[in-house]
Amino acid sequence: MVQSLDYLKETPSQTAGPYVHIGLAPGAAGFDIYREELGRDIAGPNAKGTRIHVEGCVYDGMGAPIKDVLIEVWQANSEGHYAHPEDGGGVEEGFRGWGRVISDFDTGLWGFDTVKPGPLAGRNGGQQAPHLNFWIVARGINVGLNTRMYFEDEAEANAKDQVLNLIEWEHRRATLVASKSERDGQPVYRFDIRLQGDAETVFFDV
Amino acid sequence: MRPPAEFYQRDREWHPPALTPDYKTSVARSPQYSLISLENTVSEITGPVFGHNDIDPIDNDLLSNYAKPGEGPIGERIILHGRVLDENARPVPNTLVEAWQANAGGRYRHKKDTYFAPIDPNFGGCGRTVTDENGYYVFRTVKPGAYPWRNWVNSWRPAHIHLSIFGSGFVQRLITQCYFEGDPLLPHCPIVKSIPSQEARDALVAALDLNATIPLDTIAYKFDIVLRGRRSTLFENRLEGN
Repeated sequence: MVQSLDYLKETPSQTAGPYVHIGLAPGAAGFDIYREELGRDIAGPNAKGTRIHVEGCVYDGMGAPIKDVLIEVWQANSEGHYAHPEDGGGVEEGFRGWGRVISDFDTGLWGFDTVKPGPLAGRNGGQQAPHLNFWIVARGINVGLNTRMYFEDEAEANAKDQVLNLIEWEHRRATLVASKSERDGQPVYRFDIRLQGDAETVFFDV
Repeated sequence: MRPPAEFYQRDREWHPPALTPDYKTSVARSPQYSLISLENTVSEITGPVFGHNDIDPIDNDLLSNYAKPGEGPIGERIILHGRVLDENARPVPNTLVEAWQANAGGRYRHKKDTYFAPIDPNFGGCGRTVTDENGYYVFRTVKPGAYPWRNWVNSWRPAHIHLSIFGSGFVQRLITQCYFEGDPLLPHCPIVKSIPSQEARDALVAALDLNATIPLDTIAYKFDIVLRGRRSTLFENRLEGN
């Protein structure tokens, strides 16, 4: 026998279920209760950099859009800093860099406005290409799924990105790169997420 | 500034796997390739920060936060309280905890819920709070009812309250469900049983807490929440730029 270690075990995850909106986006569930719902404004009014729109769909294994998905986004500002005390840099006042996005109940399409993040520090002195961190929950998802969205127009930075290069199957890296178009003079990035199939999105154990 | 330490890896054998066929919806919604394991970067060890300015004091009182003046929801009045800790058993202060649940009849206030148990006009079914400096949180609410769901023909969810917790890093993000001591539906629920071990399932069952009960008023249940812990020292693989 040996001494026991005094660590606690993490509370086990359970699915967010079909009614996650009640708790995290009650307006979408159909009622108004809070002074302000959290996560609606990712970048705030003072953020520098390029204003962008990001949109997409999450598809299940049968190729059907998931209409009850909730996504949280976590991102750095245009200078590559997170709004967090352990990031050494500062951010603009009102920049939280965190958002909560739900899909349309009829189409499954989701979208949000933000600013394009800058490149940021990586491990061991390296750099990371600009990216958005996604956390995806829904009915049928037992543990929230982590993935990242990279930008099509950052090909050079993407090619050197430590995380993308960790993915052994090069063709799968493309599942994390959003395609760029333009609408009403604003850049729009399309990022579809596939939970299964040949083009299954890369998900991370972070 | 001292370089931030990384989080302990998540124990994937403790959590439910993605594919749990008895919970039918997981079949088409579970990734089939392996997750790519990622060492923490600044993107993972940071996360959104919330403060008391983000919420209102009434937000954690589901008995009154949607009730008409002088009225209240129908059901068993309960206190749900506990601490948010990390795996090192240290309190997690100033972290956002959000809750949502069905009413006492097992009906959710959601446009997609069609169960014929009635909506309670005095119950919204959601609350939120920020833990204090000791990691403590409390909600006042009614005990939710069990309700049927379409999995097998005769499937009933045990009474439960959904909880969403942040921590200080985005990789601590967690959504779970809190069940109640003594519920006879627990051994029959495929969502509960998506968790492999009985020990881990038991960690989701709140205990009746008579010491925290308010006599002649409200019954208390205690539910502690544990988020991922992090190393206290970094020997190598320094995270740069922090």
